[in-house]
Amino acid sequence: MTEVVFRTEAVTKVYGTGELAVRALRGIDIELFRGELVVLLGPSGSGKSTFLNILGGLDVPTGGRVFFRETELTRLDDGGLTNFRRNHVGFVFQFYNLIPSLTARENVALVTEIAQHPLTPENALTLVGLGARLDHFPAQLSGGEQQRVAVARAIAKQPEVLLCDEPTGALDSRTGIAVLEAIETINRELGTTTALITHNAGIAGMADRVISFADGTIQETKTNDKRLAARELAW
Amino acid sequence: MSALNRKLLRDLWHLRGQVLATAMLVACGVAVLIMSYGTLHSLLDTRDAYYERYRFADVFASLKRAPESLAERIKEIPGVKWVETRIVRTLTLDLPKVAEPATATAVSISPTARPALNGLVLRQGRWIEPGRPNEVLISEAFADANAFHPGDRFRALINGHRRELTVVGIALSPEYIYSLGPGFLVPDNKRFGIVWMSREALEAAFDLDSAFNDIAVSLLRSASVETVIEHLDRLLAPYGGVGAYARDEQVSHEFLKGEMDQLRAIGQIIPPIFLAVAAFLLHVLATRTVETEREQIGILKAFGYSELAVGWHYLKFILAMTLLGVLLGCLIGIAFGRSMTELYAEFYRFPFLYFRLTPGVFVAAAAVSLAAGALGALSAVRRAVRLSPAVAMQAAAPVAYRRGGLEENALLRSLSQPSRMILRHITRWPVRAAITSLGLGMSVALLVSTLFFFDATDKLIDTYFFQSHFQDATVRFVEASDPVVVQELARLPGVMMAEGSRAVGVRIRLGHRSKRTGISAVNADAKLVRVLDADLVPVEAPAFGILLTTQLARILQAKPGDRVTVEVMEGKRPVVDVPVAGIVEDYIGSLAYMRKDALDRLMREGPRVSAVELRVDPRRADAFYRSLKETPAVAGVTLWRVALQSFQDTLAETTHIITTFYIAFGSAIAFGVAYNSARIALSERGRELATLRVIGFTRFEVSYILLGEIALLLLPALPLGCLVGYGLARSMVENLSSDLFRIPLVIEPSTYAVACLVVIIATVLSGLLVRRRIDALDLIEVLKTRE
Repeated sequence: MTEVVFRTEAVTKVYGTGELAVRALRGIDIELFRGELVVLLGPSGSGKSTFLNILGGLDVPTGGRVFFRETELTRLDDGGLTNFRRNHVGFVFQFYNLIPSLTARENVALVTEIAQHPLTPENALTLVGLGARLDHFPAQLSGGEQQRVAVARAIAKQPEVLLCDEPTGALDSRTGIAVLEAIETINRELGTTTALITHNAGIAGMADRVISFADGTIQETKTNDKRLAARELAW
Repeated sequence: MSALNRKLLRDLWHLRGQVLATAMLVACGVAVLIMSYGTLHSLLDTRDAYYERYRFADVFASLKRAPESLAERIKEIPGVKWVETRIVRTLTLDLPKVAEPATATAVSISPTARPALNGLVLRQGRWIEPGRPNEVLISEAFADANAFHPGDRFRALINGHRRELTVVGIALSPEYIYSLGPGFLVPDNKRFGIVWMSREALEAAFDLDSAFNDIAVSLLRSASVETVIEHLDRLLAPYGGVGAYARDEQVSHEFLKGEMDQLRAIGQIIPPIFLAVAAFLLHVLATRTVETEREQIGILKAFGYSELAVGWHYLKFILAMTLLGVLLGCLIGIAFGRSMTELYAEFYRFPFLYFRLTPGVFVAAAAVSLAAGALGALSAVRRAVRLSPAVAMQAAAPVAYRRGGLEENALLRSLSQPSRMILRHITRWPVRAAITSLGLGMSVALLVSTLFFFDATDKLIDTYFFQSHFQDATVRFVEASDPVVVQELARLPGVMMAEGSRAVGVRIRLGHRSKRTGISAVNADAKLVRVLDADLVPVEAPAFGILLTTQLARILQAKPGDRVTVEVMEGKRPVVDVPVAGIVEDYIGSLAYMRKDALDRLMREGPRVSAVELRVDPRRADAFYRSLKETPAVAGVTLWRVALQSFQDTLAETTHIITTFYIAFGSAIAFGVAYNSARIALSERGRELATLRVIGFTRFEVSYILLGEIALLLLPALPLGCLVGYGLARSMVENLSSDLFRIPLVIEPSTYAVACLVVIIATVLSGLLVRRRIDALDLIEVLKTRE
């Protein structure tokens, strides 16, 4: 597990200018490895979401460099970043952001239609345990189910990285664990490098590494000796 | 200012693009309303004041020759106020800068007194002086077109005698606001004018000592026009009277009235279209706003704002937009109305101009617009009022979509997901989609119904100038002559073919309807003039009976088989009943036709010609014109090439301006509808689109979803708009046709294509504007917020 997928060098991010400037990131150096499951922990405003968005090509840093394998993301333009997201990254957000006018299967197909080596929508949904809810619209699914569709949609392209921002934030613990199980399955079975943001320390147990953010810097990096299974978690 | 009102202002500012687009539609409707009615009222006022101040007569009559003493007996007709006898004759002019012969209507005036009726406005120079028979006043339009000034001279052929006339003054008359030469279709001020000269000179020239051949009469307020006309006809009959007529049938007045009827029709047809579309847009906008603000509505109610206060707040939101439109519309309407009135005033050369806008027009425009706005907002406001605070403060559940019956269709199953999103969004909000389609359709319709004017006039020109008239010149005589003149004219230089023709002034009656017009003779072997049936196929006149033009048949409400009464107004003045043998079409005028021998029989005279139609070798046209200028007894010459040119010029001047105006309006509707629809879709689907961008959809792919929907809604709008446009054009044709001409209902495929293209372009432009916003979507912000 030494193949580096992401490498950042002195990444900073400043919002606004002058007196109003907010320094969201103050020099982040980090490497993420292939197949690794990393949990980013920290209170709100600590910079973890900003960092994840920069890794995913949704945002660009103010300073420093970001590499995805050999590619320097910080040199790509909007079209390059779109392609990067399209071909390599899967996203899961706190709010599921499903397309209400498309069924579960169609929401996943949205991605598989434009991906290079996708799973079938059915396989992706089976992976997250929704094989039986293929033709339901978002309005007909529970919150946990909707989030699992979002996970299926994120991994259906077989991305090299899966970035999850508070995927359980809007869910109760039982449904939250079901979603984490889905993420865990993908990480294990597809070997997808996974970064997961949470402010819920209880989730840290399922990670290979736990990176704690505070005030725009990395405060601590901890390697778990043994990963817990998602169903063993509790909060 | 209350917090709620401050919110209102900020909301309006926040939605300024949509607010402005919607307000512009209201503004267009209001502007057209104010412009057309403002112009109409101003012109009516100006015309009436002009008539009043310069004593425009109420009844007119022409005759052959009557002794001046008859005037006294006319004055005794009950109801008659003033009588003005005069001599009115046609002159052939030889103008220095015009190759073709020109004509003028000469009207007698006294050197020592101003006319009691139909007073003149002396614009330049002075009045004619006694003892100087060659001094004349000329009409201003004629003077301007030929650059004549007081002191200039031109030659005229007066009853066969060549005279040199001196312009001493330039004048206007309420009688010739619209001055149309005999045989002209539209005014040609270069080749036709009014010449006022001394009564004495005209008496001498036309052998009318102490006699007159034309009369103008004004009436007491209490008088019955019909009774006076009856009396007058009886008195004038022995003197060759050709039938008295009221103002309504006076050419200048009739044209003016036709123009004003058109303005009124435009004011009635166009504004409702704009206001209806605006109301639909306001409906969509209000519904969307209430949906977006449901949590705010909940909070307001939870804090204790009454349902009424909340409802009023949203109603104000809509009314503010409408009011903005009304204000903009008033400003545009006043500005356009003023310049349009000035344009008309210049065209008609009114000596003064009253630009008057009655408050009633503004009040009506505002009331109608606000009512349309309130109507549009009604259901949304009701929803806001009914929303219970507890329900409102919960986040709305994801919009429930269903698979339609369409889903089973194999074709649809093969669609990409973005295409499905488009289809499902449309079927989820069918009413809104229909409104958008309808709005786009209305802009197509508006364009079709104005652009078709070009096709119609092309058709009119083709029919009149190329299908039914093949002559180069028509030479009309003062009196019907022996057919031998045809041979004489055939000998003029350059003449290749000559045919005699005959036209007789008549009044045709059917029941209580009647129309003063002419019957034109049709020769079976005529090569230069053809009569066309309603399908524009040449027809031969039957041995018996009369052919009526569509326009005349419409006025008389006559159909083939009816018997009409023909009162001939010249010669032996026979009155006969004649069956209507058929309906023919010529778009211009409202003439009737009879076979030559039938007309001669009806007139109880031998063969006569009143005009000669000529084909002229264009290479010898100048020689032909020169000899024509010398030919006596000619009442007027129509040169068809020149007539066509001035017809086209007049069209270019008036129609093109108005059409450009409506192209702008039509595009405004399309733009407003498309922009609003795209903006609303963006506000609803910003989140979805941002998600797609995150997933890796390109800007182009994301734009496809939003703009594809509008494109799809545009599809049914185009044929629908063409269909409605056809209907609108039809009602335009009915409203704009006058006794003087009829607009054919012809819409070429290219016109539909242009209308569609303009709307497509306007839609694409508004789509591009919204696309800029898609490009600027803040992906992170959208994803971070709860729905």
